[in-house]
Amino acid sequence: MLKYLIEKEFKQIIRNKFLPKMIIVFPVIVLLVLPFAANFEIKNINLSILDNSHSTYSLRLINKVVSSGYFRTTNISDNYSDALKSVELDKSDIILEIPAGFEKEIINDKITKVMISANTVNGTKGGLGSAYLSGIIYDFSNEIKNKIAVTGKRPDLNFEIVTQYRHNPNLKYSNFMVPALMVMMLGIICGFLPALNIVNEKENGTIEQMNVTPVKKFQFILSKLIPYWVIGFIVLNNTFLIAWLVYDLTPAGSLLTIYTIASVFVLSYSGFGLVISNYAKTIQQAMFMMFFFQITFILISGLYTPINSMPQWAQFISQFSPLKYLIISMRSVYLKGSNLSQLLTPFISLIGFAVFFNTWAVISYRKKGN
Amino acid sequence: MVKVENISKKYGKVQALNNITFNVDKGEIFGLIGPDGSGKTTLFRILTTLLIADSGIAKVDGYDVVKDYREIRKIIGYMPGRFSLYQDLTVKENLEVFASIFNTSIEENYYLIKDIYSQIEPYKNRYAGALSGGMKQKLALSCALIHKPVLLFLDEPTTGVDPVSRKELWGMLKKLKEDGISIIVSTAYMDEAGLCDRVALMSKGYCLSVDTPKNIIQKYDKILWSVSSNNMSKLLKDLKIHSEIESCFAFGDTHHITLKNRITFNELHNYLMKLGHNEIEIKTISPGIEDCFMDLALKGADDASN
Repeated sequence: MLKYLIEKEFKQIIRNKFLPKMIIVFPVIVLLVLPFAANFEIKNINLSILDNSHSTYSLRLINKVVSSGYFRTTNISDNYSDALKSVELDKSDIILEIPAGFEKEIINDKITKVMISANTVNGTKGGLGSAYLSGIIYDFSNEIKNKIAVTGKRPDLNFEIVTQYRHNPNLKYSNFMVPALMVMMLGIICGFLPALNIVNEKENGTIEQMNVTPVKKFQFILSKLIPYWVIGFIVLNNTFLIAWLVYDLTPAGSLLTIYTIASVFVLSYSGFGLVISNYAKTIQQAMFMMFFFQITFILISGLYTPINSMPQWAQFISQFSPLKYLIISMRSVYLKGSNLSQLLTPFISLIGFAVFFNTWAVISYRKKGN
Repeated sequence: MVKVENISKKYGKVQALNNITFNVDKGEIFGLIGPDGSGKTTLFRILTTLLIADSGIAKVDGYDVVKDYREIRKIIGYMPGRFSLYQDLTVKENLEVFASIFNTSIEENYYLIKDIYSQIEPYKNRYAGALSGGMKQKLALSCALIHKPVLLFLDEPTTGVDPVSRKELWGMLKKLKEDGISIIVSTAYMDEAGLCDRVALMSKGYCLSVDTPKNIIQKYDKILWSVSSNNMSKLLKDLKIHSEIESCFAFGDTHHITLKNRITFNELHNYLMKLGHNEIEIKTISPGIEDCFMDLALKGADDASN
């Protein structure tokens, strides 16, 4: 009986004019476009320079900043209010103010200050821009420190911080993003489709005919779940292929680890979709509910914002996003080469979700009305 | 076969069913007759274990609809009012799905659906959604029968169906009855009552009468006239205000009236002439089920308001 029901689901999905195409094309497009579009490496930050010093050192600093490639000088002002105006007009994002005594202080006091003012209406741009700028200034100060040390024959003890990016040495954004986007695609396809499935049978009235039959609840839910499980694997394989072909990204760890964890994830997420499908009366309702949860889950999953930098309460909520656990696992396996025993916590959490949501789906599927 | 005792059901503030009681015997075609909103579908959903009644007891083949719903689901066939098969599966696939759910096969009970299914078999590889209305219905009936149910529920099977297909359907039901299947069918068409062995007349959640169509007509004790004139809409108003006329309903191209006291054709004729009617025709007629229904519904409304 179950075999026939599953066969029926597959036939219905394959015969749908739209769904099979979406299942194939959707992840391809997202993986091809999004890593380039949703890139956090910020370039072309508009810089307003306010040089009160007009000295060799200040010129050197400005040259260094401009030649870094991150910045584009859009305004050179004489006073702060002019610079501020250019920010207000949205011509500049960051103001670099060099004080009048810049050169003198460097030579005499070995200490000086510059001011960075960033427009943080676009927080990411402002924040990252000022971080880049501070980095460059830090570099610059090291340079001249060494120089003075040599010329002045005053060897100072010099601490230098060398940052090494482990597991993603070039901080390549796509290496970090692609595994997470794979999870997002898996979540969207294996979450939305089941969410719309049962409710679709409700709208078509076909569920009525099913409900008067002796089909058991868990059989019915299982017949809905298994096809999406298979679809999950198809989506996963497609994304593996794109990651490899387009981004030259292959997992440092074993594919088997990913398959194992992802298979549990799909079960849990599809189960969640089925729960929504059971409660919704119309496709519109299901779509709306799923959208809400999907977006919440994605935003708190650590896909874009690292979970550690979220406030405490948000970190707490993020525990309830199944996406989070697969994203952690996916990134670890792809970049660090973790194996299953190192990812036991997310794995077990996902098993918990799978059991919880699917039990709920079976219970909330009512063959009887009130 | 089916025992319904004091079944009541409320949707919010609307009383959908009010103390419904009747029995359906084995091997009969039982009709639930009543206009839209009379509670037929609600009653069907209770008997097919899709809905739980607020109060009362209902038994299908000895099984309680609440406690033994599992057993009931194995032995009944249900054809909902709305076509509810998978439109994106073919005729054959639909039948296979429902056969497999009941752990049977098309071959096993083919004899039962042969007469019906053979008519759509030439189209067995067509999607169910692409069938015509009449063929859809034959497929739905085949699917409801594929597991050889002892009791068949048909919810308004003739609504929106052309007269030829309606006739065909009733012919099919007669045959199924000969195969020993009990049938409960609901319809809003009063003229179909005569095709049932027994009927329950329903109105606004009340069961007005349960009897054979013949007996229901025989119990009718009013004098019934049909009246027509050249201005039918004015005629309806004029008849309604006449003090000796108890009820007046538009029935196709004539109006049916019942009388409180005996007045003569001439008296009524003169009354209508005075009001400007021409081509007046008054006849005594024998009642149909619809007349009985109107009469019972009126009485029911009186009883309810008292």
